[in-house]
Amino acid sequence: MAEKKIMLGNEAIARGAYEAGVKVSAAYPGTPSTEISENIVKYQEIYAEWSPNEKVAMEVAIGASISGVRALASMKHVGVNVASDPLYTISYAGVGGGLVLVAADDPGLYSSQNEQDTRCVARAALVPVIEPSDSAEAKEFMKFAYEISEKYDTPVIVRTTTRLSHSQGVVELGERTEPADKPYTRNPAKYVMMPANAKGRHVYVEERMKRLSEDGADFPINRAEYRDTSIGFITSGIPYQYVREACPDASVLKLGMVHPLPKKMIAEFASKVEKLYIFEELEPVIEEQVRAWGIDVIGKEAFTVQGEYSANLLRGVLYGEDSSVREAEQVPARPPILCPGCPHRSVFSVLNKLKIHAAGDIGCYTLGAVAPLNVIDTTVCMGASISTLHGMEKAKGKDYIKNWVAVIGDSTFMHTGVNSLMNMVYNQGSGTVIILDNSTTGMTGHQDHAATGKTLMGEVVPAINIYHLCKAMGIEHVQEIDAFDLRALEQAVKEETKRDAVSVIITKAPCVLLEGNVFPNVCRPLPEKCRKCGACLRPGCPALTKNADGTIAIDETMCNGCGLCQKLCAFDAIACEKR
Amino acid sequence: METKNIMIVGVGGQGTLLTSRILGGITVRAGYDVKLSEVHGMAQRGGSVVTFVRYGSEVAEPIVEEGCADVLIAFERLEALRYAHFLKKDGVIVVNDWRIEPITVVTGAAAYPENIIEKLRESHQVYAVNAMEEAEKLGNVKAFNVIVLGLAARHMDFDKNLWLDVIAKTVPPKTVEINQRAFLRGLYG
Repeated sequence: MAEKKIMLGNEAIARGAYEAGVKVSAAYPGTPSTEISENIVKYQEIYAEWSPNEKVAMEVAIGASISGVRALASMKHVGVNVASDPLYTISYAGVGGGLVLVAADDPGLYSSQNEQDTRCVARAALVPVIEPSDSAEAKEFMKFAYEISEKYDTPVIVRTTTRLSHSQGVVELGERTEPADKPYTRNPAKYVMMPANAKGRHVYVEERMKRLSEDGADFPINRAEYRDTSIGFITSGIPYQYVREACPDASVLKLGMVHPLPKKMIAEFASKVEKLYIFEELEPVIEEQVRAWGIDVIGKEAFTVQGEYSANLLRGVLYGEDSSVREAEQVPARPPILCPGCPHRSVFSVLNKLKIHAAGDIGCYTLGAVAPLNVIDTTVCMGASISTLHGMEKAKGKDYIKNWVAVIGDSTFMHTGVNSLMNMVYNQGSGTVIILDNSTTGMTGHQDHAATGKTLMGEVVPAINIYHLCKAMGIEHVQEIDAFDLRALEQAVKEETKRDAVSVIITKAPCVLLEGNVFPNVCRPLPEKCRKCGACLRPGCPALTKNADGTIAIDETMCNGCGLCQKLCAFDAIACEKR
Repeated sequence: METKNIMIVGVGGQGTLLTSRILGGITVRAGYDVKLSEVHGMAQRGGSVVTFVRYGSEVAEPIVEEGCADVLIAFERLEALRYAHFLKKDGVIVVNDWRIEPITVVTGAAAYPENIIEKLRESHQVYAVNAMEEAEKLGNVKAFNVIVLGLAARHMDFDKNLWLDVIAKTVPPKTVEINQRAFLRGLYG
């Protein structure tokens, strides 16, 4: 009997890639896609890398595919935007070895800046989309994705969502089958996408999508489940599970391929059920196409385009009731916060003191936007901090941004921040960029990047030196400062923001959650010296609380002994000592 | 078997993932179909974290919905209160009698509710333990979540030795012994 294992959706996707014989995998970390690469790397047969960004990852996978092997790129939904340039065109060129892009959407915005639907990108890029609904399907659908990629000469998007990627289910393990490497033959008409060649490929792509739509009715991943035909659902992915939970007797057309849609199959299902619902999270992608064929359905007029669905949401719409038996209590919110000992808190406490505004970026440090730090004023996308600051300066002049900085993490800087900094130099901008260098990609769970000196596969490699990289761009004023040296930081920020030139401050201290980090110290309050001023509480360290008498308490199990609170105390009422 | 619904709630960093993995492991070993749903990414940074575990003969959705939970395992009092409405009418709360103030309380924007356990007892079956104190007595405060899991295990029908075996296979090798002792402390008190 085959071995059964409980697997995270992302782990099952990785397993599927392994069993499909994938040889090259490239990715940039991003919730909820990160664990795909973290599991891929466990298979020695696969070369796996963290690329500096998703565009590069996609192109690495494309190169591997053109050379004749099966290749994978994985990323979160907004990463697909970064990778969309190569994606739209490789759709025309097609593949050598099978090529799959796993795109992880985030309905409900658990850890993202928007709630975009990758299916819309896929429609525009003319790329088929396959959507599994649990871990077992995730593994099997990956294998099917590689089959159709090669059969129809197309990249394939496997779409997952946070709920699928971060759910575990039972998976039956299979063997790895490695297709024979295809011998390389030069074929510029297919792989050199200049106008004359691309014109011809566009004709092919449109014909390919038509063929996929027609053949879709016979794909095993699309199936009609006929039960009670008074009510029918067209659904896919995780929402399929909600339908099964809330309406176990209803008929369901479960789509494994959500683009292009199998038209005949849908028309047949619609003709057999009395009332037809389309139950899809986010955008009405299926609904709009089905309506365009003149089929009457109930869709987004009943179900929201926002957030995650649930069986209760469906019960509410269909029966006007859900499974609740009690009201939810009104309790204080517990939003995510920077960890105790986080170096970002130290840097932000200085910026807050100096009343500096920050153009922010994507990472844990985005939490610097909320109380009590309130430092970050803008966050758009990866790398945007530096370019938005530059745009402000060009719009309103050098003096306008004298109380502004850009803040960006080391991994985000290597992702796309570096391009923006080049632009500042080239276009003679001014302004101060603070690179919060914590030696890792923190928010996604500590992945290496080009400036950490280690690869995804664990090789020790020369780290790109951020200081020298900035200097090489011709930036005169570059400083490296210990993120916990408050005095030096304050002085540097005051000094650099005054300049009519580009300047960079690199604040250095490793992420507290980084493996191998040791914390020999702990902070302890000395209540007899405490004047109850609250200065130590201001940066919002979760290890600190106020006692009933106004003095402070420090939770020693949480404290990492960073000493920030001690430095902020003017009365020596906190000791930072050996544990 | 009808699907059993368990929730594990706490504060990011308290080890909800490890606990749910032990629970997931035992359900598979016992031959059930199982689905778990976890929270990764930004929410883990000190935020409110919830994990769902569902097991039975065939499980469809991976989440537990309001009014459906059989057991609510809470690693912190306020989090027990936050998710109590997910319980069935006769659902059970197992709670670590411990307070971690959310930033909204630390900054004075909100007040931490008093007498949470007493309040929960008014309408629920509540089993409370100060697992931090108990774990410290055992020699490692980090094992507190397995004590709470042991207490919750009284409301699930898995064999003790199976629990111990799954714990041994799930936790880091160096911590097997302390975690097994912690589990038994929770199970037998």
